[in-house]
Amino acid sequence: MAITTATVPKVGRNFRIQWEPAQDAYVLLYPEGMVKLNQSAGEILKRCDGAANIAAIIADLETTFNAQGLEADVIAFVELAEQQKWVDLT
Amino acid sequence: MTDLSEAVAVQDTAKIGPPLWLLAELTYRCPLHCVYCYNPVDFAKTEDELTTEQWFKVLREARELGSVQCGFSGGEPMLRDDLEVIVAEAHRLGYYTNLLTSGVGLNEKRIGALKEAGLDHIQLSFQDSTREMNDFLSSTRTFDLKRRAADMIKAHGYPMVMNCTIHRHNIDHIEAILQLASDIDAEYVELANTQYYGWAQVNRDQLLPSREQLERAERITNEWREKHGNKMKLFFVVPDYYEKRPKKCMNGWGNIFLTITPDGKALPCHTARMLPGLEFPDVRTSSIREIWYESEGFNRYRGTGWMKEPCSSCPEKENDYGGCRCQAYMIANDPAAADPVCDKSPFHNRITEVVDRAQIAGNAAQVKPLIYRGPKESLQLDRPF
Ligand code: SF4
Ligand code: SF4
Repeated sequence: MAITTATVPKVGRNFRIQWEPAQDAYVLLYPEGMVKLNQSAGEILKRCDGAANIAAIIADLETTFNAQGLEADVIAFVELAEQQKWVDLT
Repeated sequence: MTDLSEAVAVQDTAKIGPPLWLLAELTYRCPLHCVYCYNPVDFAKTEDELTTEQWFKVLREARELGSVQCGFSGGEPMLRDDLEVIVAEAHRLGYYTNLLTSGVGLNEKRIGALKEAGLDHIQLSFQDSTREMNDFLSSTRTFDLKRRAADMIKAHGYPMVMNCTIHRHNIDHIEAILQLASDIDAEYVELANTQYYGWAQVNRDQLLPSREQLERAERITNEWREKHGNKMKLFFVVPDYYEKRPKKCMNGWGNIFLTITPDGKALPCHTARMLPGLEFPDVRTSSIREIWYESEGFNRYRGTGWMKEPCSSCPEKENDYGGCRCQAYMIANDPAAADPVCDKSPFHNRITEVVDRAQIAGNAAQVKPLIYRGPKESLQLDRPF
């Protein structure tokens, strides 16, 4: 589906995101596998809680990191995450 | 000849990453008798399974070092009555928990308790697509049980991850196996060709498929992918005997994998205990930290410093770390040799001879009766592979 700022992403049913001190990173865990996330991927994914829409996620990120103009990056990442089945969209 | 006297390179703890993957082999006991079982052939000699508390200690210490994926396998892990409490402890510690099971022993009560304990995922193995072949290849009547296990796994909201080990006797049923996977709504399907360790090494000539069989099976798997898209993720793994470069075994020795055997030995991979001249530490007497960073068993083949020719001067050595140490030992009689799957290995002909034999249907080696895994056979054979 086309992703807009109204889309609500949620980390997929078989996935879990958690902070791992030993790797100094967020990791995404799934059946018999894991991906180590870079900082921005981790920060976006942990906000994909099935409640916040993309607009809210962007606003939260921009406040937290005192940044602007993240919309294109966030949408591009959520697209990729959807292809990987890391997130479900509603 | 095997030379085990070389010095072990001193390792810099800071450069060794954590054991991200912990494989807990809870027991070697199993109600099935798979002809390709990866357990050591002499498994029946091992006694004294770790206790619940000893497993707790393993889980805690490995988690402290950074382990995060945890697999429970065996044998058949369902045979441990304390599986649920062990899973609960792993979940509490923050592991992602995977159960690798034949489905035998799974019932409503236990799967409910496992879900309650926080189990994240179940991988269910089948031997073939039909009752007749499944039961023949496992020498049990378990097909119907497995179908019921599949239903229960789904009913409890788990993703369906199906595994079927592929070999000469079931590879021509690949369509039916894919159909079975689709019937049970599998999301991930692993069609992994037998790897020749343990019991599979004993039955190697009977199990290695021909090139024609392999190509057909791969083609059908690809066609299925094209027809049905991404709904079922299919993984088809060819036997490394058909390759010219070895696999990057365990992603490198002592790099991310840590296996604990039912009797408490810590190994860099689940078959490493066959290697001669290496003492692998016992989790009852060593901490996971000592085992991972300091033991000789884990340091001996770490990185590339231990290599001999042709690996030591090979430009590809970082790609595959010289392949599998167990395969080097089983086939070249030297655990520090290049994996003979590599066509640069002076022993590569020992692989191609077996492959050549596999092209001639019905040759004498192939029609020998299969030896089923079992405690009696284990004690009779009395050897590691
Ligand atoms: S391969 Fe078969 S016999 Fe071996 S442990 Fe697994 S289910 Fe049991
Ligand atoms: S010679 Fe050794 S390092 Fe080079 S490709 Fe072969 S196995 Fe790998």
